[in-house]
Amino acid sequence: MPDPSFIFAQSLSGLTAAMYLFLIASGLSLIFGVLRVLNFAHGSFYMLGAYGAYQLVQWLGTGHGRFWWATLGAALGVAILGGLVERLLFRYLYGKEELYQLLFTYALVLILSDVAKIFWGTQQKSVSRPPGLTGSFSLFGTTVPYYNLFILLLSPAIALGFWFVLRRTRAGRFIRAAALDRETLGALGVNVDRLYLGVFMLGSFLGGLGGALVTPVKSIVPGMDTEMIVEAFIVVVIGGLGSFWGTFLGALIYGQVLSFGILFVPRFSIFSVFALMAAVLIIRPWGLLGKPLK
Amino acid sequence: MLEVRDLRRSFDGFMAVAGVSLTVPQGSISAIIGPNGAGKTTLFNLITGHLKPDSGQVMFKGREVTGIPPHDLCRLGMGRSFQRTNIFPKLTVFQNVQAAFLCHRGRGWNLFAPVERLYLEETEALLDSVGLLAKAGEVSGFLSHGNQKQLELGIALALEPEILLLDEPTAGMSGAETRETIQLIERLARERSLTLLFTEHDMEVVFSIAQRITVLHQGRVIADGEPAEVRRHPDVRRVYLGEKHDR
Amino acid sequence: MLRRVPWPLLVFAAALFVPALGSRFYTFVANDIVIWALFATSLNLLVGYTGLVSFGHAAYFGIGAYTTGILMKKAGLAFLLAFPAAGLVTATFALVFGFFCVRLTRIYFAMLTLAFAQIVWAICFKWNEVTGGEQGMPEIPYPDFDWVERVSGILPFLGGYRTSEYFYFVTVVLVAACFWILRRIVGSPFGRMLTTIRENPERAEFIGVNVRRYELAAFVLAGTFAGLAGGLFGIFNRGVFPDFAYWTKSAEVLIMTLLGGMGTFFGPGVGAVALILLNQQIVSYTEYWPLILGTILVVLLFAFPGGIAGTAQGFARWIGRRLGRA
Repeated sequence: MPDPSFIFAQSLSGLTAAMYLFLIASGLSLIFGVLRVLNFAHGSFYMLGAYGAYQLVQWLGTGHGRFWWATLGAALGVAILGGLVERLLFRYLYGKEELYQLLFTYALVLILSDVAKIFWGTQQKSVSRPPGLTGSFSLFGTTVPYYNLFILLLSPAIALGFWFVLRRTRAGRFIRAAALDRETLGALGVNVDRLYLGVFMLGSFLGGLGGALVTPVKSIVPGMDTEMIVEAFIVVVIGGLGSFWGTFLGALIYGQVLSFGILFVPRFSIFSVFALMAAVLIIRPWGLLGKPLK
Repeated sequence: MLEVRDLRRSFDGFMAVAGVSLTVPQGSISAIIGPNGAGKTTLFNLITGHLKPDSGQVMFKGREVTGIPPHDLCRLGMGRSFQRTNIFPKLTVFQNVQAAFLCHRGRGWNLFAPVERLYLEETEALLDSVGLLAKAGEVSGFLSHGNQKQLELGIALALEPEILLLDEPTAGMSGAETRETIQLIERLARERSLTLLFTEHDMEVVFSIAQRITVLHQGRVIADGEPAEVRRHPDVRRVYLGEKHDR
Repeated sequence: MLRRVPWPLLVFAAALFVPALGSRFYTFVANDIVIWALFATSLNLLVGYTGLVSFGHAAYFGIGAYTTGILMKKAGLAFLLAFPAAGLVTATFALVFGFFCVRLTRIYFAMLTLAFAQIVWAICFKWNEVTGGEQGMPEIPYPDFDWVERVSGILPFLGGYRTSEYFYFVTVVLVAACFWILRRIVGSPFGRMLTTIRENPERAEFIGVNVRRYELAAFVLAGTFAGLAGGLFGIFNRGVFPDFAYWTKSAEVLIMTLLGGMGTFFGPGVGAVALILLNQQIVSYTEYWPLILGTILVVLLFAFPGGIAGTAQGFARWIGRRLGRA
């Protein structure tokens, strides 16, 4: 039996990973819920968020508050890119075969990965933790960096804010209606075009934000896009495609399974998360908290 | 031939079919009518295995077939057409009907025979009898609505059914097309001594060919019998014909 | 007139002629193309003919490659046994995975195929003892071609090639045989049943098609031929690596299929030729092949969704109409 503080440390690291994943995957899930499209390029948006934050930190410097401006700027930049993609290209594929939509988003993966290489090369980049959150503290014998604590708090906060928007605002109502039944949308007098654009931008924003926030703890490398998209897929599939709390639950489960998988069966921890994904799809294809698609 | 006993099915608490029983004798032409939302299509889907009933039984040729999948029912001799035209749009007219022959005659698992050589005569004969032979080579998705309905009938007949369930066979047709289609159906039923069960919104059609009529309202049978009987039935006049006046 | 030409035979003959050009490089590229053509065509059976979008087809390619690789390198088995074994093992996996996959529809189907493929990848990536783990398995031996030297005493035209060229001939013959079988399948009643499923599963069910069972059969067949392609590729590549089964490989083969033209039998093969030749050309100018590929894909999706074969067919029809009118 490993000692308790080690288990705690593992669990905490799983939780931190889960919170990042939740931020990123909720964008993916949102886009799927409304547009019914699995966006492979979501991982690329995440990567661009990370490179964007790195670049902005280079320009702005590391002074007080600069990191946050860089993060916000990167996420907004990604959102704008997402909006352009939706407006100029993607919307012409609505109503076409699913395969075409999937392959289009995959084409974006290919293009954006090379664009990132052109701008930032293949050397790994990193961003230091923002001033004020550089230290760490000790909890049950485990060292917890302040930055991780910050992520642990920020993510649920964003989740709650998001939930509030979905429940309490007009736009949120439309988004939920769209996720449930697209046909009634037109009848509600919704400008579907704008709704789709908004949702795509919001989803991309969340992906970019996740990428920007991850920079102080993970190095930025080519290939982080395809790695992330697979993880995000696992999360949304487990939780339920298009389900908000499902994504949250999926992220928690993923984080724990992965970090304890590493603890007990280190060699098969990757295996175990994919097996979990397959098991969920077999038993409950619409995910733990999702609803079956009509 | 076909018997339905106390069939029920609800969706999210809404009783679409609330205890329907009916009997379709061999060789008869029976109709199910009722206002929109009366549960006609749901009833059809329950009979043909597309939906599973919450309770009740479907008997076909003296044997219980409740909830068995469509592809098995089909083999037992039950054919159906759909309300929204249901064909294989990118295949030619010929291929549509031929596919039905291939599957029905048990050739579906043949992985090696060239398909161009199978059931040519049968397919042509059938296309001729539904009046589509001249269009055999056309891609079926581009046919007119009326022709597609004919084709659907052709596909159903290729399965050599003993009973044919037609869900609104004249939906979306013009008056002339409707008359032609009805004549065609009647003729085919006679030639092949088919049992027919159909739903229809056009009262003229129903009363002109049906030998028995079942009236459905809010998922229940409110009248059942010969056309003259049903026409006189007070509930039917109130519920059904009354609704017609409202429109 | 053009229809009378036995194109497949001509292509086959031309393919056999490639090593005679004397360029090692041409033979290498041709070998690559031939194997990928089989891989893409096997996928087309699912995507183009049955209408099932698999995002995990690379799994079966990978399983086939590892099967022949392990059998030939570790067990020292002859190619003659290891190659069919690749098909058999892959078919078994495809049967098990497919059993679950065909229960799902559309996006869920795609996700489950992806999940299974990633499981395969994870196993190949981590199971060092058997698969060589992350490092893969280099130095897969070529099949034994000593017998050719002996036979060439009697049939002199057989002798005098390099081992890699002998292997190329073997590949061409085997792939041609697979193509022949696949062509028969697609043109058979079974193939037609698959098409009805693609067109309208609901109606297919009501002409008596047991949709799931046919889908499973298609899945197993597609997996088997992908496995055979993988078996050949491992030897051709002189090594087997986990990324054979990675999801981006599945995407690659999908692109190839789409580029050539789904639903037309030789389309994916054409796609393999086009994509690999293009790749060879472009990588000599720039390292940004993915950028080019992505751009091609976007153009394809928006302008030529029928792929090369579909567009060519449309063009031929257009010409035909013009001539007919004149």
